[in-house]
Amino acid sequence: MDKTVNQKAWFLVLPVFLVVAFSAILPLMTVVNYSMQDTFGNNQFFWNGVGWFKELLDPSTDLGERFFASLWRNLFFSTVILAIEVPLGIVVALSMPRQGWTVAACLVTMALPLLIPWNVVGTIWQIFGRPDIGLLGYVLNSIGLNYNYVSNEFDAWATVIVMDVWHWTSLVALLCYAGLKSIPDAYYQAAQIDGASRWAVFTAIQLPKMNRVLLIAVLLRFMDSFMIYTEPFVVTGGGPGNSTTFISIELVKIALGQFDLGKAAALSLVYNLIIIIVCWVFYTVMTNAGADRQANKGVA
Amino acid sequence: MARIDLVDLAHSYSGNTADPESFALKPVTMTWRQGGAYALLGPSGCGKTTLLNLISGIVTPSRGKILFDGVDITPLTTQKRNIAQVFQFPVIYDTMTVGQNLAFPLKNRGVPKAENDARVAEIARLLDLTPYLGRKATRLTADAKQKISLGRGLVRSDVAAILFDEPLTVIDPELKWQLRSKLKALHRALDLTMIYVTHDQTEALTFADTVVVMHDGRVVQSGTPAELFDRPEHTFVGYFIGSPGMNIVPAEVRGREARIDGHTIALNRSYDGLPSAAKIEIGVRPEFVDVAPPAPGLLSASIERIDDLGRVRFARVRIGDAKFSARVPPGFSIPGEAAGLIFDPSHVHVYADSRLVEGSA
Amino acid sequence: MHSIPGRRVILSLFLIFLLLPIYWLVNMSFKTNGEIVSTMTLWPHQPTIANYMRIFTDESWYSGYINSLKYVVINTVISISVALPAAYAFSRYRFLGDKHLFFWLLSNRMAPAAVYALPFFNLYSAINLFDTPWAVALAHCIFNVPLAVWILEGFVSGVPREIDETAFLDGYSFPRFFIRILVPLIASGIGVAAFFCFMFSWVELLLARTLTSVDAKPISAVMTRTVSAAGMDWGLLAAAGVLTIIPGALVIWFVRNYIARGFALGRV
Repeated sequence: MDKTVNQKAWFLVLPVFLVVAFSAILPLMTVVNYSMQDTFGNNQFFWNGVGWFKELLDPSTDLGERFFASLWRNLFFSTVILAIEVPLGIVVALSMPRQGWTVAACLVTMALPLLIPWNVVGTIWQIFGRPDIGLLGYVLNSIGLNYNYVSNEFDAWATVIVMDVWHWTSLVALLCYAGLKSIPDAYYQAAQIDGASRWAVFTAIQLPKMNRVLLIAVLLRFMDSFMIYTEPFVVTGGGPGNSTTFISIELVKIALGQFDLGKAAALSLVYNLIIIIVCWVFYTVMTNAGADRQANKGVA
Repeated sequence: MARIDLVDLAHSYSGNTADPESFALKPVTMTWRQGGAYALLGPSGCGKTTLLNLISGIVTPSRGKILFDGVDITPLTTQKRNIAQVFQFPVIYDTMTVGQNLAFPLKNRGVPKAENDARVAEIARLLDLTPYLGRKATRLTADAKQKISLGRGLVRSDVAAILFDEPLTVIDPELKWQLRSKLKALHRALDLTMIYVTHDQTEALTFADTVVVMHDGRVVQSGTPAELFDRPEHTFVGYFIGSPGMNIVPAEVRGREARIDGHTIALNRSYDGLPSAAKIEIGVRPEFVDVAPPAPGLLSASIERIDDLGRVRFARVRIGDAKFSARVPPGFSIPGEAAGLIFDPSHVHVYADSRLVEGSA
Repeated sequence: MHSIPGRRVILSLFLIFLLLPIYWLVNMSFKTNGEIVSTMTLWPHQPTIANYMRIFTDESWYSGYINSLKYVVINTVISISVALPAAYAFSRYRFLGDKHLFFWLLSNRMAPAAVYALPFFNLYSAINLFDTPWAVALAHCIFNVPLAVWILEGFVSGVPREIDETAFLDGYSFPRFFIRILVPLIASGIGVAAFFCFMFSWVELLLARTLTSVDAKPISAVMTRTVSAAGMDWGLLAAAGVLTIIPGALVIWFVRNYIARGFALGRV
């Protein structure tokens, strides 16, 4: 659709701008402020320039070490859950029934984990994994696996990962399902006529049509998993030790636990910057994909 | 190449036990000649797409059989039927080039590469697609994409028939004519059976040698365009074909005469023994009724409007309560509202319950 | 053709996987603490509704739910209301800075809540909104408004411009056109957007807990504070958890048709 140029559109956009700016810009300004200052306490601040940032990015300092350690944990976590959730989501979307009451039943069941408050998700798995009162913990231990997510690092990681898969795969599956539903029947009929095998139908028709939603799903999941806080916090608290302390947990510890404003602010900004860069990549790829589709409308 | 026979074929989307009048396709038995160019013509909802999908195997019939060259293929899936179908909107594989699209059906059937390439090249040449073989298929215009869809059907040398489901729907008007001519040329060159579904009579009449007219799930008439025009076997055919369509008015018919609104007109043949309970109507095309000054021997009518179409003028008139179209002879100036109508008896048909009645000579 | 071999098995296994932990929670909510701690049973051998009764009667518990619902509803209403005109603008017009604005909005959706915890704490304390549902509702706008704009823009783009033009030719004023014509046409889109806004606001913990203390304490805070207290009342915790799932289940049950239609419109 062609858009007309109209600067008065700013009036329509103004409410959104104000609401989000109020919530976003003002606090960010405080954060930037704090990131460049140090305090003697008693609300007396002095200029620290890029001191906090230097400390943050220097692995030999305590702050730097904690930052980089949590950064690797986040990257590892995001990679693993993407590698599980995306293929699993696609497979589940392909397994959905075509019509009838079973479709609604599946959609509702799949949506259920998505609607549970994140702390309850944590609570559910905290309980589920306990050897004394949880089904999973009990069963695993009774077949001799010695599972304990409180004291064992590997078990803690495994629990956090399975919990995230349980929590969010449905989102990927629902997005893929939406993409699949938009494929007109004629494509499948044509493929039948062309004698395509099941695999060929997947690679030639379904996967290309799901491209856009898969991109959205991958980027949403990457970013949300990169920012994860509540669920692992409730289950492991960041432990054992700090083996599951992700960046956000680290940040909250420093900001609200230690009230180390300068360090927290610097960490916040760097954290935010990483997210914005990924977001920018997301946005560029999406708008290019959109432009591509426009361009496809008329060469011969 | 195949001769296609439909034997008592019928289909209902709500199961076999449904009320027979609700069937989307009422029982039909007919033969499609090998190498024929057929058009399935009818308004929306008349069952033509259903019939097409039954032939291609996309839909399994509630009843009846379909034979290709005498072999019952009704239980076979679409893949095994050697059918090609072109849909209303272009169906192409987005990630592939034009060449890869055309090669796809052969690749799936395990045809060796050399033969595959040769076939693709030949079909591309026939469809004027050769310069685009290396291009991504999504980048082409709608009519080029439809050609690719068509090409995928033609590329298989064992294809029995090609089915078209209103393929020109998304094509720009100025390109429709080009594509239609291309289809006709291909038909002559390749001697394939082609079945073309449309609701546009121009498309049907220019493409096909045999037009099959459908109405309300039934095949009403099947014949050449000339036959359909001159001798419609059903009032629907008369009304649907021609612009403007045939005039249908109720009448009393006895012997060689018909009485319409109190006036008598002569008929070419004798009609005796018409069922008394049936609805009797006269059908005559506007081209064969002339407007004349009112005269006592002529059927009187009042003129409501003149449509000037350039090379011919039609008058919309009223006979009693019925509306009627008639030709205004060239050079004739309309005196006023009242007029008389002169009928050409050789083109007046009698219909009982909407079906043509053959009179005796 | 559409689905894959073994799809019933795969789907069943997946759905069982999803339902199992929830079933366990429900199971536990009907047990007494004694039974929970002493034995491992697949269904309550001494079923009790005491846990639920406690929640329904104890103000410190049920107020948690009410507080949560308050800010979720406020947030959904605000987010959709401001997002609608903006979505229209982004869909129909080009204006100075529109691409940058859209990007900036998206980037806020992706903002880590942890970054805003402390600044929001200061901000809302300063303007005296701390410990009210308004603080949480406004704070959640930073994620939900961009999301709503994004979703609604897609649906508005699905409405042909000709409809706008016809309405203006027929003499509709802009507000009347918007409310009478546009909104009904994108009703399923509004349903999808409202669903997502509700979802993200209902489930968010960090900001909801940071910005409240006593008066507006949401259920998530009530539950986690119970956890950190000494002595774990598992049955009570489980019942509280089950009750938080119910609003979500209800919402999705009621909007399931909108969601199905929204999906079918192929926005995503």
